[in-house]
Amino acid sequence: MTAAGPTVPATSRGPWATALNRLAHDRTALVALAVFVLVVIACLLAPVYAWWAGVEPFKSTLDAVLTIDGVQQPVMELPTTGLALGYTPIGPTWRPGNYFLGADNQGRDVMARLLYGGLNSIIIAGTATGFTLIFATLFGLLAGFFGGVIDMILSRILDVLWAFPVYLLAISLSIVLITQGLSIGPFVIDSGSLWLPIFIIGVIYIPYIARPVRGQVMALRNSDFVMAAIGLGAPSHRILWKDILPNISTTLIVFVPIMMALNMLTESALSFLSIGVQPPDASWGTIIQDGQGLLYTRPAVALAPGFMIVISVLSLNVFGDGLRDALDPKSKIKLGRA
Amino acid sequence: MTYAVLQRLGQMIFVMVGISMLVFLIFFGTPGVDPAARIAGRNASPEVLQAVRISFGFDQPFYVQYLTMMKKIFVTGDLTSFVNRGWKVVPAVLDTVPVTLSLVIGAAILWIIFSLIIGVLAAAYRDTWVDKVLMIAGLIGISMPVYWLGEVMNLVTQSRFHDTWLFSWVPPLGYKNLMDDPKGWFLTLIIPWITLSILYIGLYGRVLRAAITEALQEDYIRTARAKGLSETRILLRHALRTSLIGFVTLFGLDFGALVGGSALLTEVVFGLQGVGKLTFDALQNLDLPVIMTTVLYASFFVVLANAVVDVVYIILDPRVRAP
Amino acid sequence: MILQVRDLRVTFRTEQGMVRAIDGVSFDVEEGEVLGLVGESGSGKTVTLLAVMGLITDPNCVITGSIKYRGRELVGLPSREMRKLRGREIAMIFQDPMTALTPVYTIGWQISEQILAHQKVSKRQAWTQAIDLLTEVGIPKPEEAVHRYPHQLSGGMRQRAVIAMALTCNPALLVADEPTTALDVTVQAQILDLLRSLQQKHGSSIIFITHDLGVMADLADRIMVMYAGRIVERSTNAGIFTEPRHPYTQALLDSIPPMEGARPNRLKTISGAPPSLLNLPQGCAFGPRCPYKFDACAAKPPLGAEAHATACFLESAQ
Repeated sequence: MTAAGPTVPATSRGPWATALNRLAHDRTALVALAVFVLVVIACLLAPVYAWWAGVEPFKSTLDAVLTIDGVQQPVMELPTTGLALGYTPIGPTWRPGNYFLGADNQGRDVMARLLYGGLNSIIIAGTATGFTLIFATLFGLLAGFFGGVIDMILSRILDVLWAFPVYLLAISLSIVLITQGLSIGPFVIDSGSLWLPIFIIGVIYIPYIARPVRGQVMALRNSDFVMAAIGLGAPSHRILWKDILPNISTTLIVFVPIMMALNMLTESALSFLSIGVQPPDASWGTIIQDGQGLLYTRPAVALAPGFMIVISVLSLNVFGDGLRDALDPKSKIKLGRA
Repeated sequence: MTYAVLQRLGQMIFVMVGISMLVFLIFFGTPGVDPAARIAGRNASPEVLQAVRISFGFDQPFYVQYLTMMKKIFVTGDLTSFVNRGWKVVPAVLDTVPVTLSLVIGAAILWIIFSLIIGVLAAAYRDTWVDKVLMIAGLIGISMPVYWLGEVMNLVTQSRFHDTWLFSWVPPLGYKNLMDDPKGWFLTLIIPWITLSILYIGLYGRVLRAAITEALQEDYIRTARAKGLSETRILLRHALRTSLIGFVTLFGLDFGALVGGSALLTEVVFGLQGVGKLTFDALQNLDLPVIMTTVLYASFFVVLANAVVDVVYIILDPRVRAP
Repeated sequence: MILQVRDLRVTFRTEQGMVRAIDGVSFDVEEGEVLGLVGESGSGKTVTLLAVMGLITDPNCVITGSIKYRGRELVGLPSREMRKLRGREIAMIFQDPMTALTPVYTIGWQISEQILAHQKVSKRQAWTQAIDLLTEVGIPKPEEAVHRYPHQLSGGMRQRAVIAMALTCNPALLVADEPTTALDVTVQAQILDLLRSLQQKHGSSIIFITHDLGVMADLADRIMVMYAGRIVERSTNAGIFTEPRHPYTQALLDSIPPMEGARPNRLKTISGAPPSLLNLPQGCAFGPRCPYKFDACAAKPPLGAEAHATACFLESAQ
């Protein structure tokens, strides 16, 4: 057919623009994103809050005293009923900057710790997501593109990691690393460092992303346009960079919020089991653990961080749903499993 | 078909060996500290350290150490804890299995029933408010940390509302043996079952809804409509039936993972002395032999469960069964 | 008259705006007649059939006009009533036998399911009927084939199974959507032979869709040519092949390789591409590709009611 056809419909925008446009019309996803951004901002302001409230969230302050309506009150109260064994931290005062959510069993301001802990939770979840994505993409690209022996070795390693139950692998890594830290040659990581939970969480989820990436790369490797590029003698690194990576980038981006949510849950669980963030540092998981002993007397200590986790993870998941619908309307990408 | 099954079994054995080597490497190959000190636990005396060194062959080549370790765990089963002196680890681990199975099987029954109901309802009323409410509820279920949910459950049923008619039946935390006290067994497990199943109800409900909706786009659904079948029949006998293949696969994987330790958080919160709680306690005293044993046994169980799932898949899907 | 379609319009709401897939289509199907429906992909053939079957489930679709089956209005008929007609009175054969059968059930199961949905018979009787039907459509060893899963049969055998399923209740109207397109050329001929002999035996009416005019030549009694959601020409088989009047029909016929004589160096093609339904030209939709376009074509040409009717202004201009 030689003659010019009828006009092309006016919707031939690029795929990214189309996706952004779709996302911009998804009110639920935008609200979810806004909620998560608000949580992040609040946690970033943790030092400001601590300074304003005049509390030290990482030091035991059993003898602190606070003033409510001109009345002075110790942070650790002697129980007035029962056997009066030990002290009970003060409950929520619901006064911002003044032990809003009460104190924990060290007399520390729970609200300030909640914000600091959230900061750690978000940093760990985000960095671990980056770690997982980078290494999974690398593995997936190498295995899928070069095939042969490289694929066989990498795939077998991924098989083993995949079959290894996530929590057991995390526990195995943690018990060794958290107690002694890691030192490989010049790299030394302290046992209390945030890098350890990041590394652990980042490693355990690599196969969940590397496997689908490998599959996609293999399909692309055998597609006509890549075959043509190879036939024309384009070097491998150029094909990987110019032809393959852009085509798997939607998959990778769709994984980001989902993995963030999954990592937040994993981090909190590991910290709850005392093999994640180490004291005196806090994360939402460690605060819930602190609150376990106070559950029936001062439930706010355990409840508040849990609510924060639910809000953050839920908003990430909702946003992730919207992002997937926008980027991948036919939903070819299956969710990585916990 | 026989070939496929044999191939799958071969792969299973390969993965098991891989996992055992990986565990061995993590525990004894991580650079930094004397592995004997790790085994012996905190503040071990020099005599104990020496005994550990000889018993595990740490003065011998690496592969001998690996084989010694595997022999102790799988063949002779005489691995002992050094934290709890002389405690035989393997029988202790096996003792906790019934508790974990009780917890996981009950939760699995709950989550299969409710996720089927939710998934089918949401797919039948897709894009209406019923669908939206169910899917948001499912998403909330997925977003809650299970141990925190357990604590909230405890707070409500053991403390705040325990003295009301609603929860006065809830017994104190702990596990009752099924054989000795069937009623107590059932009552103590109800709340843990609900807690553990909520995540999976949400997850499976969503997965099932997506699978059914996808199946409803297929050509064979149009054929079924052209045959004059009722919508209910099309939904249940055609769309749901084809979606169940993926559902069963997923179920096998999760069931295996839960029995193999992922139920640990629930066990810890409800004080159920299962495999996970044993691991958790060992984690608190850094009792490495116990952790190594539970990790190895549990991951082998998971690998086995995965293999079983694949065989079931062969049976469920005629395209694989009889090519 | 078994089916009477009047001014059928099917519109889809999409992200890009309203798409009118069918734009005022009217036709009749007589008892025992084979009606051919020809057109390029996107011309609205399949949508017309799905509308007749009541199989358009898209909530963003609006159907107006009238479809009468033996005098009974189908547009707006409650789905429960429609269901009783589907599979019993009106049956459908689909384009791709690879995907038209549910993969997890045997052929026998799927055929007896339809029998059980419409007839009060036992499962055993339904099963026997299924074997009889498979025999009738020429599947070898039918007692074994009933136990086969769809993926275990070849494409041609699968299409025979689909036809057997359509015939279960001896429907008065059979609707076939390109039933041979997805098959090998040799198998195509066999399936066409089968359809022809079944039609002669049972006397059902058939609406047969294809984009391949050649397939129509010795099957259809009458032929309708569709373009961009409208019927552009309607005539008897002979009328279309010997005396095509619409420029589009002429172009279609020119693009078929001749059966006799020297092979031409190049087959004629139709210049341009089918218009996007989103952006139909004003007036005659074929106008932009038509070599005879003139002033009158700025309006939409109507289709006459005569036996050989053409929606083209050239007729009246001559």
